[in-house]
Formats: sequence, structure tokens, C-alpha cells
Amino acid sequence: MTKVKNLEELVKLRNKLKDKIQVRTITEGSDLIARVRVAMGTCGIASGAKETFEALIAEAERLNMKVLITTTGCMGACYAEPTVEVTLPNQDPIVFGEVDRKRAVEIINEYIIKGKLIDGVVPQNHQSI
Amino acid sequence: MIHTHILVCGGTGCRASQAKEVQEELVSLIRDKHLSQTVQVTTTGCFGFCEKGPIVKIIPDQTFYTQVTPEDARDIIEEHIIKGRKVERLLYEDPKTKKRISDSVHMNFYKKQLRIALRNCGIVDPENIDEYIARDGYQALGRVLSIYSPDEVIDIIKKSGLRGRGGAGFPTGKKWEITSQVEATQKYVVCNADEGDPGAFMDRSILEGDPHAVIEAMAICGYCIGANKGLIYIRAEYPLAIGRLLVAIEQARKYGLLGRGILGNDFEFDIELKYGAGAFVCGEETALINSMEGRRGEPVIKPPFPAEKGYFDCPTNVNNVETFANICPIVLKGAEWFSSIGTEKSKGTKVFALAGKINNVGLIEVPMGTTLREVIFDIGGGIKGGKKFKSVQTGGPSGGCLTESSLDMPIDYETLLEEGSMMGSGGMIVMDEDDCMVAISKFYLEFTLDESCGKCAPCRIGNKRLWEILNKMTKGEATEKDLEKLIDLSHTIKDTSLCGLGQTSPNPILSTFKNFKHEYLGHVRDKQCEAGQCKDLLHYTIDAKMCVGCTACLRNCPVGAISGEKKKPHLIHQDICIKCGICYEKCKFNAILHQS
Repeated sequence: MTKVKNLEELVKLRNKLKDKIQVRTITEGSDLIARVRVAMGTCGIASGAKETFEALIAEAERLNMKVLITTTGCMGACYAEPTVEVTLPNQDPIVFGEVDRKRAVEIINEYIIKGKLIDGVVPQNHQSI
Repeated sequence: MIHTHILVCGGTGCRASQAKEVQEELVSLIRDKHLSQTVQVTTTGCFGFCEKGPIVKIIPDQTFYTQVTPEDARDIIEEHIIKGRKVERLLYEDPKTKKRISDSVHMNFYKKQLRIALRNCGIVDPENIDEYIARDGYQALGRVLSIYSPDEVIDIIKKSGLRGRGGAGFPTGKKWEITSQVEATQKYVVCNADEGDPGAFMDRSILEGDPHAVIEAMAICGYCIGANKGLIYIRAEYPLAIGRLLVAIEQARKYGLLGRGILGNDFEFDIELKYGAGAFVCGEETALINSMEGRRGEPVIKPPFPAEKGYFDCPTNVNNVETFANICPIVLKGAEWFSSIGTEKSKGTKVFALAGKINNVGLIEVPMGTTLREVIFDIGGGIKGGKKFKSVQTGGPSGGCLTESSLDMPIDYETLLEEGSMMGSGGMIVMDEDDCMVAISKFYLEFTLDESCGKCAPCRIGNKRLWEILNKMTKGEATEKDLEKLIDLSHTIKDTSLCGLGQTSPNPILSTFKNFKHEYLGHVRDKQCEAGQCKDLLHYTIDAKMCVGCTACLRNCPVGAISGEKKKPHLIHQDICIKCGICYEKCKFNAILHQS
């Protein structure tokens, strides 16, 4: 990491990172087939999000899939923890609730590979700035 | 490949109105029409729109069907899925314009929740500064340092109308201005992350999900008031938030966004963490500062305010986590944008932690002015188990309980105060018909008793006496004189306590007494608890007509208080019964009665 020297550099850095982080799952020709976020606030971890996270990584590795799996903070749906958000190319993100090891494996095999939803989708009804 | 998904709500409300039958019908129609390869039906969690259930949503076109019956399934499949024509009569009708709305994107319901403070929570990886920067992170700080003078930034914050989100609602811009005007060689920016209200966890979620938002805002505040040092007072019970903050601070330093000469400007700012041991009173700013200095966490009389004499007698600006989380969007999007959201005196949004007897327990963020009914019934999905709403507690131990009659009032600082409660940090605990309000008051008072620092007599001794009276009530030993004393003493404590904790500690009693007077009288006069919570006022008996003599109660009674022969009515011996309620739960024939 080098220091950001001024505002201009910061804007450049943002634009570069925007492409790298946000668009790469939706751009054509990208080798990533999905972006997965696991909500890992204290609440998520207490409900087993760490196991979910590990299970997702293990299954993606086993199938040798190019899936970007990251942790994130609380999504707000405490009643459905652990929650996992999956974004497929050119599609709206889908949030799955109560994702244990078994459901994590199911999400990869059913939704990411075949495009089939599994029960227990958590509806998202908010807008963010 | 599946190209259309039909989502059917599986929430309790929709289930009760035949959602399952709707789903079965849809599945069988899809099978009959040989659509299984391309169309899939899935159950979802609650949409939070229960009064219009069952809800069926189609993606990718986002069609939102309401009040769908099993008979409607055929139209959805034949018209919408096969012919691509939306079923007009099932579309949601906007109550104001009477127009049918074709997709959820245009529904007002989806605009009820607006995330400003929580904008990055659940989106960015909190331990990766690059993700924050990609979402305009540190742009506000960059702009402030290169374009604005400190006074200009303070002016933006003042014009935005942002008020302290810790509960009292002091205008943030005003606070910054006061601290900026005090002459001193050393000043401090303090972030109050001592979140302690029972049921409140919004600050923790922000710090865990988006630590840089707070760090950046603190640096902006430092620039405005002329401080080069920031301190985050965080409770040691939040290890994950602490860990992520430390990672975030380190990453910001590496990018040169904290430290000396930030972004090529002559501005220095760095942040250090101070750990609290979890005392509730340390959320009060003078007690917080005492605690940070290594002294007992006791409040002192104001003035002087921390803005003049704070941390080690230096001018100190203390703001809450959520307040800081609002700063960067205001700088980037402007004061006018922010002040266009909310009510006349309360601008922007507020994060609430929904807890208690509510279906969608969780963290929400709504514009000020949203009604309690919208929060509890639309977003929160209503009361668990279809029970009746009784009350909602806001403002934690300093707040009060609001009733049905307050449900339609807009939430903002002033109206909540008028209704006898307060904004507080944003905990919302929903209670149903099974909750006893006297017992609830006792619960909150127990909390205050534990957390009183003991410095002033009204709070230390007075609250103990209040608790004793409430305890007598729940045991059926109180008289009407006790009730008088309870209210009288509550007012005395309110008027004479030193700090906010004591001044507000009787609020749960006063607000429940105002709204549920009959329950207090019931406990005192008739020795009855209508919610059936106060064990000492309950009697368990067996209805001989209903009892079939299955012996389930007898076998499960932990103290052997039940006797009776097989296939003959049983009997509970009151002298042995400990009122644990197990027999009531085990009886399958509704033969156990519990009454006051």
C-alpha cells in the first residue's frame, strides 16, 4: 500500500477500485461466475456464519469454481441469520436466510450452477444511497 | 435453464392466509404445463407486507402480486408466465392514487426504508479499505480538506439539520461550532460507542460493518473543530467491532488517510481506542470522559460542557457512532439533500433495532416521520404468533412505553417526547398481550439499579425504593398507598437526580402508569395480573370437565403437586404447586386453567 498523496489520486484510486470490485462480476468476459457475501457481524457469527463461510469456500474449491466470496457486516435480517447474498452476472442480488453448511452447499450447486433458487429467500425491501 | 422465478411468501401472516395452497397450486400448474425446466417456485421469508398477503413476486420483472388466492394461480401461470401479460387485478393498488403498480421498484413500500448510516453495512468487506474507497470512501474527507474551510463544513452540517443520534438530539453542527470556537492548543474528537440500552445494537452493527465511515467522519470533525486526535470510547464487550476498527485504522494509516499530512494537506489526525467496561452511565458524556481519563465513570454537573472543558480539561466534541455515520453523505450530497428527508425538526433517517414479539427482528433504517405502525407492521411484519399488539418500548431504560393510540404518529424527537417516551439510541422492543406492564417496569428498573453509579442519593436510594414497591405489586402485597408513593417518588427522582440516568430512570414507570393505569390498579386492588405474567398472583387449577385423566400433567409436574387416577379428573394441590406452568404447557386438552 502506498500513501494516497492528494484528492486527485484518491479519485483515480476509487475509479480503479470501482471497476475492480463492483463491476467485475457483471462485466462480460469476466471469469468470475458469482459474487457471494456472507453477513458476519457478531449476530451472524453467533448464528454460525463462520461455518457457512468455510463451507462456501470449501465447496467452491472442490468444484474449482471462480466465485468471489467475501465477508461483510450485518445485513439487518437478524431473524434469518446467517444470511448470504449471491449476485450472478447481470442479475439482481438474492439474499438467502438461515444458511447452514448444508444450505451453503445447496446454494452453490443449485443457484450458482443451475440458476435455481432454494427456499428461504429473504426479501430485500430497502433502498440504499 | 430457469429464467423465471416465482417467489411465494412463507411468513407467518401469509401462511395463515393460504400461501401454502397458492404455492402448491402454482407448482402443480407448472408441472401440468411442462414449464418445470424454465420456471421455478420458491418460498421466501416475510416480505413485511402482511396485511396484503399472501404475496407472490415474480423475478426478473419484479411483479408484485398481493392477496393471491389458490384460484388466482391459474391466471398467474397462464396469463403472466405463458403469455407475458401481468394479471392486473392482483397488482398492488396504491391507496392514495388508486393506481395499480406493476412492479415492486415503484411501490412506496420499497421506499420506506432508506439506508444512509447503514449504506455500506452488508455490502462492503469491513476489513478491506479498498471496498470502502470504491464506494466513495474518503472522498468526503478529501473534498473537505481541499475545498472547504472548517467554518464552511460546520455550516453544511448545521444546514443539514443533523441532530445527535445518541438520543438527546442536540444539533450536531451547533456542537461542532461551539467546540471550534473555544481557543485551546489541544482539542479532541470523541466517538461515543458505549451502546448500552437493552435491545439496541445499531452502533455495533455500524462499527462492525462499516468502520471507515466513522473514522472518516471523525477526521472531518477534527478538521472542523481544530483537533488532531480522535478517541473512540467502545465497550470491551464488542470484541469484533474493536478488531475491525483496529484493522480499519491501520489500513487508513497505510494509505495516509490518517496521520500527518493527510492527502497532501497540512492536516494531521489520528485515532486511538479507549475501552469501557460496559457501565451504562458511561454513555453520558461527562461520565464517559471521566472513564477515559482512568477515573470512576461518574457524571459531573454541566456546565462546563465538554466542548469547553472535556478530556483532560481540553475542549472535546463527543458524538455518537450513528451521528458520525451520517456525516460523509451530507458532505458529498449536500445539506439540502439531507434536510429534504425527514420532518420539520428532525432531519434524515434513524436506525432502529427491532426486537421483542415481532416477526422480523432486525436492524432497519427509516426516514424520520415514518409512523410506528409502518415500522412494526409493514417493515417488522407484525406481532409474532398473530397475537395482539400491546405496547412498544422506545428509548431504552430512559424511554417509555407507547400504546396503540401512538402508532400513527410520525417518529421524530419531539413527538416521541410529547408521547412520554424518547428517541434514545433506537432500540424498539415490541410487546404483545402476554406482557405485564408492571413486570416490564420492574425489569427496566432492575437495569437502572444495576447501572446507577451511586453518586447521588435520588438515583441510588430512590430507585431501590421504587423497585421494592414494584416487587411488592408483582407479589400481590402492595396497597393503594404504595401506588401513590410510587408515582410521587418517581417525580422526585426525576427532578432531583444529577445526570440523565437518574432523571429518566422513572420514565418506564410513569409512561406505563399513564397508559396502563388499570393494570397497576389490578395488581394493587384485585391482586390480579391480566397478562398472566406475575407468578405469585396466578393459580393453576384443573377444569374437571375438560380433564380426561391422561396423566400428562401428573407425570411432568416437577414437585408432585398433582394427583389423580388414570381416566379421572386430576387435582392440583395449591400448597405444593410452585406455579412453574409446565402442566399448562403439557396439557393437550386445555384442561389447565391459569387465572389470577
